[in-house]
Amino acid sequence: MLRLEARPAPSRAMSLASPLIALAITVVIGTCLFVLLGKDPLRGLAVFFVEPLKSVYALTELAVKATPLLLIALGLAVCFRSNVWNIGAEGQFIVGAIAAGGIAMLAGKDTGNWFFVLVLAGGVLGGMLWAAIVALLRDRFNANEILVSLMLVYVAEQLLNYVVYGPWKDPHGYNFPQTITFLKSTQVPRLYGSYRVNIGTIGALVAVAAFWILLFRTYAGFQLQVGGLAPAAARYAGFSARKALWSALLLSGAMAGLAGGLEVAGPLGQLTPHVPAGYGFAAIIVAFVGRLHPVGIVFSAILMSMFYIGGELAQSRLGLPKSLTGVFQGLLLFTLLACDTLIAYRIRWTSSHATAPSSAALPASQMQSQTQTIDDAPLGPVVASSNLPTREST
Amino acid sequence: MHRLELIDISKQYPAVKANDRVRLRVKPGEIHAVLGENGAGKSTLMKIIYGAVRPDEGEMRWNGEQVQVASPAEARKLGISMVYQHFSLFDTLTAAENVWLGLDKSLSLADVVARIREVAGVYGLEVDPLRPVHTLSVGERQRVEIVRALMTSPKLLILDEPTSVLTPQAVQTLFVTLRKLAQEGCSILYISHKLDEIRALCHHCTVLRGGKVTGEVDPAKESNASLSRLMIGAEPPQLQHREPNLGSVVLSVRGLTLAKEDPFGTALDAVSFEVRAGEVVGIAGVSGNGQQELMAAISGEDRRAPAGSIRLFGNDIARASPRRRRVAGLHFVPEERLGRGAVPTLSLAQNTLLTRTGAVGAFGWLRIDAIGALAESLIRRFNVKAGGPGSAAKSLSGGNLQKFIVGREIDAQPKLLVVSQPTWGVDVGAAAQIRGELLALRDNGCAVLVVSEELDELFEICDRLIVIAQGRVSPGVATAAATVEQIGEWMSGLWSRDFAASHAPA
Repeated sequence: MLRLEARPAPSRAMSLASPLIALAITVVIGTCLFVLLGKDPLRGLAVFFVEPLKSVYALTELAVKATPLLLIALGLAVCFRSNVWNIGAEGQFIVGAIAAGGIAMLAGKDTGNWFFVLVLAGGVLGGMLWAAIVALLRDRFNANEILVSLMLVYVAEQLLNYVVYGPWKDPHGYNFPQTITFLKSTQVPRLYGSYRVNIGTIGALVAVAAFWILLFRTYAGFQLQVGGLAPAAARYAGFSARKALWSALLLSGAMAGLAGGLEVAGPLGQLTPHVPAGYGFAAIIVAFVGRLHPVGIVFSAILMSMFYIGGELAQSRLGLPKSLTGVFQGLLLFTLLACDTLIAYRIRWTSSHATAPSSAALPASQMQSQTQTIDDAPLGPVVASSNLPTREST
Repeated sequence: MHRLELIDISKQYPAVKANDRVRLRVKPGEIHAVLGENGAGKSTLMKIIYGAVRPDEGEMRWNGEQVQVASPAEARKLGISMVYQHFSLFDTLTAAENVWLGLDKSLSLADVVARIREVAGVYGLEVDPLRPVHTLSVGERQRVEIVRALMTSPKLLILDEPTSVLTPQAVQTLFVTLRKLAQEGCSILYISHKLDEIRALCHHCTVLRGGKVTGEVDPAKESNASLSRLMIGAEPPQLQHREPNLGSVVLSVRGLTLAKEDPFGTALDAVSFEVRAGEVVGIAGVSGNGQQELMAAISGEDRRAPAGSIRLFGNDIARASPRRRRVAGLHFVPEERLGRGAVPTLSLAQNTLLTRTGAVGAFGWLRIDAIGALAESLIRRFNVKAGGPGSAAKSLSGGNLQKFIVGREIDAQPKLLVVSQPTWGVDVGAAAQIRGELLALRDNGCAVLVVSEELDELFEICDRLIVIAQGRVSPGVATAAATVEQIGEWMSGLWSRDFAASHAPA
């Protein structure tokens, strides 16, 4: 029979292979799904994995969707590495978009082309503000940041609904719940011809480098991560847990807000109730599939973006519901968590009588302690999402 | 016929062979010592006997019959009981409720209380079954564990390092109980690395080293040196003691009173003492009497100490952060190596950054080369066996990681080094090296404060001893003038009569 056996040391190779195995299993299950739905599985897979790469237009659209995922996931990676569980990037994204939209509406006919900078700054501040609420409640009242950040997503959605149905509704918009279409001067410069991809994508790639430096080459990044890996060691060293909490949340809020601002000042061009596209939640998966490593996150953001586009194409080409995107995202995260077991464990065939029950069921705490590291090789930590934050009294 | 016989027991773990064809024979009514260093395979062997671990090979015989013990429940059915080194008691339940939990439910709680009183009376194990466990001292908790083990009238009792939490007096009381049990025919497996105790108590001794049996002797006929040779393959190196060259007061703790943070912790009560440059001061005491709280207050991990209660060179540091204290020359080695003194999953190089910031440049930029070089030099200077600066902290053995952590702090050239349990779970060779390093530091004029539960260790390296009991500390006494008996009595809090009139507090 099959038996899980603890490895003497976590396997680096498996840490890299795990996302690939997870992707392979996702593809296999996806194929079965298409067969069960009565569709040609090859066409189905092509829609997800070939079509999004087929033309220049397809590639630019891939970048348009990967950019917000990448930005948000970078911030979340820092958060998760610091053992701060910000699940509400979606809310910070929305508030960032609202703040950016509010500033964009201030632009007049003679506003210069630099105005988009202010719009983006508004997005950053909006996201930080929303995350600061989480930090404040955790810091002052020891409120669980998972719950608070998640609940604030729904508050943010209502806030968005309020402004687009109420005070900010376009007076010439035939009573549709939407703001005016923002002026050209508020828009982020596009990169190439008439394609929607803009300089935000370049910015995201610069952010990848910046986050790599923060995490692996600065004392501040080191302190943040020690707080996540071993709170007692951080206290021993004198690294402030409060500072780590605030900086992790403000940083990830800023990144989510920036992504929201870029959507407003880019592809969307106005506020509608459809601003939330689920990027904030999908970015959690992006961060974990990318091993919480900036370079890994680039690849996982592209993959997740393919799922988004594939879902849309599946709707128009195959007549399947768009929620297929969510199914694929969920499958990937689920199989990834399962495959990550193999980083700390290996599978052994054993004859049934020699089975030692003691080694087959190691406590989960032990398992996760073996899978978190600060490492600048493109692999490293994935934390079981059931890992609740440990409370530090400050 | 033997009560218990192990024939060629082997157990392979992924990285080590914990037991390699181990043979062990225990007669009825025999107190049988299993002696070995940490990592020699003692615990694995006991877990195999108790059914918590399965051996890969070998045979176990119980009263001459071959048996396969699949679980601790089966072991108990055979008549094997075990008292673990770390107690498994619920703090919020009473002693009787704790015992009741482990029994089959045919008895009522009232029956259990009566039975505990009976067993406790017969063996002189004073226990109040109705008291909640969190109000019991460590020694009392151990008695609850032993009573629990005796409730089923075992034929073999396994005790894992039972004296590490006891005062010297409590050790003698325990020995009386164990001898009485043995006289009644109960066999006892006594696991320890303390040579004096084994020679005083045990009839027979099996020595393990590296998972193999290296000797079977009658401990009464052996000397500490000969047992030590069997255990570590060499005699422990002797330390060089020089006359202390006392300097000015470095650390001064005055009226440190601190309410407990954890409900089961210990409050500190007007703790006062001093440490001077060029001396080693030891704090003795049974664990859980406020040592951890005192260390946290001195290291800066707990910053609630009243202003002015802790001074370093006369400057108030009671509320300073650990980093400010380090800048002022106070370095600390905590008792937990993994998770506190070092981050388990990080490399040795990265772990230097916890307390050493020499490689942090402008704007917090980390100079990776300098970090690696520091780790490399620590590994070389302190003889740490590790793959290199890139090895994860948790890949090192306890002794080597401790050498690295102690080395990291010594290398920082502290003016005051505070060390908690310097050689806990460290093999004899590494322990001797660490003690030697501490003495060398003292000879160079550093003030050293050591907290340890091993009295032998404190007597070996300290110039002056103070005792902590129930959150209060005794006056200091020169080690040369102190006796084990006296310090043992003080560990129960009874120092006032020795200081009734003549002595002023140190």
